[in-house]
Amino acid sequence: MTRRDLTHFRLIKTVLHRRGPQFALTALALGGFVLAIVSGLAGTPVGSRNFGIVAVWIAWWAVLMLVAVPLFGRGWCSICPIPAPGDWLQRGALLQPATRGLGLGRRWPRATRNMWLQNAAFAVLALFSVVILTQPIVTAVVLLALLFLAVGASLIFERRAFCRYLCPVGGFVGLYSQLAPVELRVKDRAVCAADRQKSCYTGNAAGCGCPWLVYPGALEKNTYCGLCLECLRTCPHDNIAVNWRSVGADLLQPRGRRLDEAFKALIMLGSAIVYAAVMLGPWGTLKSAAYNIGSGTWLIYALGFLAFVFVVLPGAFLFTVHAGRKLARSAVPLRRAFVHFAYALIPLGLAAWVAFTLSFVFANLSYVWPVLSDPMGWGWDLVGTAGDSWTPYLTQVVPALQTGVLLGGLLWSGVTVRRIALEGRSQHPVFPLTLPVMAFCLVITLGLLGLLVG
Amino acid sequence: MNPERTARVLVFALALALPLGVLLTRWAGIPRQGGEWIEIHGRMSDDGGWTPDEITVDVGEVLHLRLTSDDVVHGFAIGQSNFEAVDVMPGEVTQATVTLEQPGRYVFYCTRWCGVNHWRMRGTIDVRGETSEPDTAMSPLYQSLGIDLEAPHPADVAPPDDPPSSHRGANLGVPIPDRFLTAAYYRAHSPGETWHSLRAEAAAHQLTDEEVWDLVALVWASNATPSAIEEGGRLYASNCAACHGERGAGDGVMARALANGAAARLEDRDPSPANFTDAVQMLGATPALLQGKIIRGGMGTGMPNWGPILTDAETWALVAYLWRFQFGPANTGPDTAR
Repeated sequence: MTRRDLTHFRLIKTVLHRRGPQFALTALALGGFVLAIVSGLAGTPVGSRNFGIVAVWIAWWAVLMLVAVPLFGRGWCSICPIPAPGDWLQRGALLQPATRGLGLGRRWPRATRNMWLQNAAFAVLALFSVVILTQPIVTAVVLLALLFLAVGASLIFERRAFCRYLCPVGGFVGLYSQLAPVELRVKDRAVCAADRQKSCYTGNAAGCGCPWLVYPGALEKNTYCGLCLECLRTCPHDNIAVNWRSVGADLLQPRGRRLDEAFKALIMLGSAIVYAAVMLGPWGTLKSAAYNIGSGTWLIYALGFLAFVFVVLPGAFLFTVHAGRKLARSAVPLRRAFVHFAYALIPLGLAAWVAFTLSFVFANLSYVWPVLSDPMGWGWDLVGTAGDSWTPYLTQVVPALQTGVLLGGLLWSGVTVRRIALEGRSQHPVFPLTLPVMAFCLVITLGLLGLLVG
Repeated sequence: MNPERTARVLVFALALALPLGVLLTRWAGIPRQGGEWIEIHGRMSDDGGWTPDEITVDVGEVLHLRLTSDDVVHGFAIGQSNFEAVDVMPGEVTQATVTLEQPGRYVFYCTRWCGVNHWRMRGTIDVRGETSEPDTAMSPLYQSLGIDLEAPHPADVAPPDDPPSSHRGANLGVPIPDRFLTAAYYRAHSPGETWHSLRAEAAAHQLTDEEVWDLVALVWASNATPSAIEEGGRLYASNCAACHGERGAGDGVMARALANGAAARLEDRDPSPANFTDAVQMLGATPALLQGKIIRGGMGTGMPNWGPILTDAETWALVAYLWRFQFGPANTGPDTAR
């Protein structure tokens, strides 16, 4: 499929160019974000009746994982409220591209200009996730911590350092955004090369330099483009396109594959497996261990979780890659093969998270209606839906959807494994090289099917 | 308006004014004790029980309650009052109104089995008035009879096989002296004692031991009306069955948790719920003793004290129901028998 520049449509171009619509959505999201914090701190501690839990972990998560990430990649990042206050302080303005703001503007330390901190941040949150997802006050504290962290990062470091290097959500959203059918790219690289101002990176009167520290002229993957659209506004040559493209196009881009991103793919896949086992599996002991934070059993659970996502699963994958190299008598260095083939796990990882999300979103979506009417659980009935009872939706359809999604993810990963093996016109035979990795994907898929569908 | 200023107003409205408004609404409308509404939060007793757990009102004052649960489903009832129990759902607010016309200390309690320490989930309402002594301050019968609730009370006789039957006893055609048929006699004597007394009656000389037990059942039936049994059954199902078991065998769903309870271990007591199907123990107990245990509770065990909650009539109805586990479900007299 060829790329189609959506900015050719006048209406789309106008909406994307103007700051108003994007700002309005961000402000709306910020209002919801603050309300989630307030309800977590002052509302009912019953998660299913608290706006914070229902809005964040059911409504927002559903929109993020079922719509935003698969279709728009980092679309959510473009209106995310968490970095907004820090961003506004840094710029000294909310809407205008002003330049006199607060902040030291330091550069982010070179050693951590990668995804490892995001990997660690996600793992830390994952260790406490059972409590975060169910207790409003814990959710509120986590949201507040993210807000303070984002504002602090904006006041100390240049641009959106929090989004780029710290945000635990941004890491996996960036990873999976490579699959999205939407991308922001330059129309003609020659135009960028000839331009000396590089306004897209340095900023001008029309907008800020790329807050994500990305030079659009060199952009080849969605991973670190936050779709903030500043470059669309600052480019004096109208050389920025927002393309509709083939899904997963970035996976076939061999340049820029890195170990931290490879581990991100494995961590996300491993986390989906653990989440499915803890939250949907039949093991009450495991569930209790995950919930009883600080206890000895939780410590064992935490160590087990970290060992699984950082050692066991990557180790098993390393072994399969190694086996493939041996079978195919390939001379490709093991580390290189590990990193490249790990990108084939990205479709399966997203499928795992979509399937996991399906398992609880439709079952719990009806909690949204009472919470809209009584967000704090104080006995209000603002829109007359406070008394609506819990009703699971699509219970008959969800298992089939999950199966389809997982099998689709397996197929997509299988195709990607083969294409990665074919990169560079290597002389080694493709089938034996890819067989163990495909078997790895198959085993993971069967495990997830067992946990999620039964 | 300047777009930047509009943006600031929008952010102020959504991110600051909205949540602040929510909190102010709460603050302005929050019911406080002494005000129009009192909000009571329920949590499992290990997490705090009722908050607040002490309320003070004047006699005859209308008490407006907003009840909500912070964890699981609870129920709310006020002992020794005509307040009808309501369910308290997690995160939902149930409003209730009650007026307590008699001064004294009332106990409100949870009516849903919310955990092993469910029975600890209690609070008090002090109703101020001219009289400070509530009805429950009256001395219970077991005390005036000098019954030691802790003393063993095994029966030295027991029916051979089948449970005694009041119907069979009535069909014997043997007259029972009136002194056996009074409520005072029934409450102060155990079935075992009554069996010995009836056995000694001249009219019973020709009867077998089993037939004398049928006469005992008849005596007990004369003190158990169908309406009392029905009320006792309702009270048993909602308050006792979780520990003592639906069939009275001491094997309710909470029995195992009670056996492992820390309180029971500390007191060095057998925390197992009483087995009402145990003939030796039951036939040696007087109704006054059973009522005493209900009123006072089992010290050091999981048995709550129901004295502040159940009325005198309710405790006797409950006692009457307990004898079903020895004399069978049909062991009642007519509603006018008492």
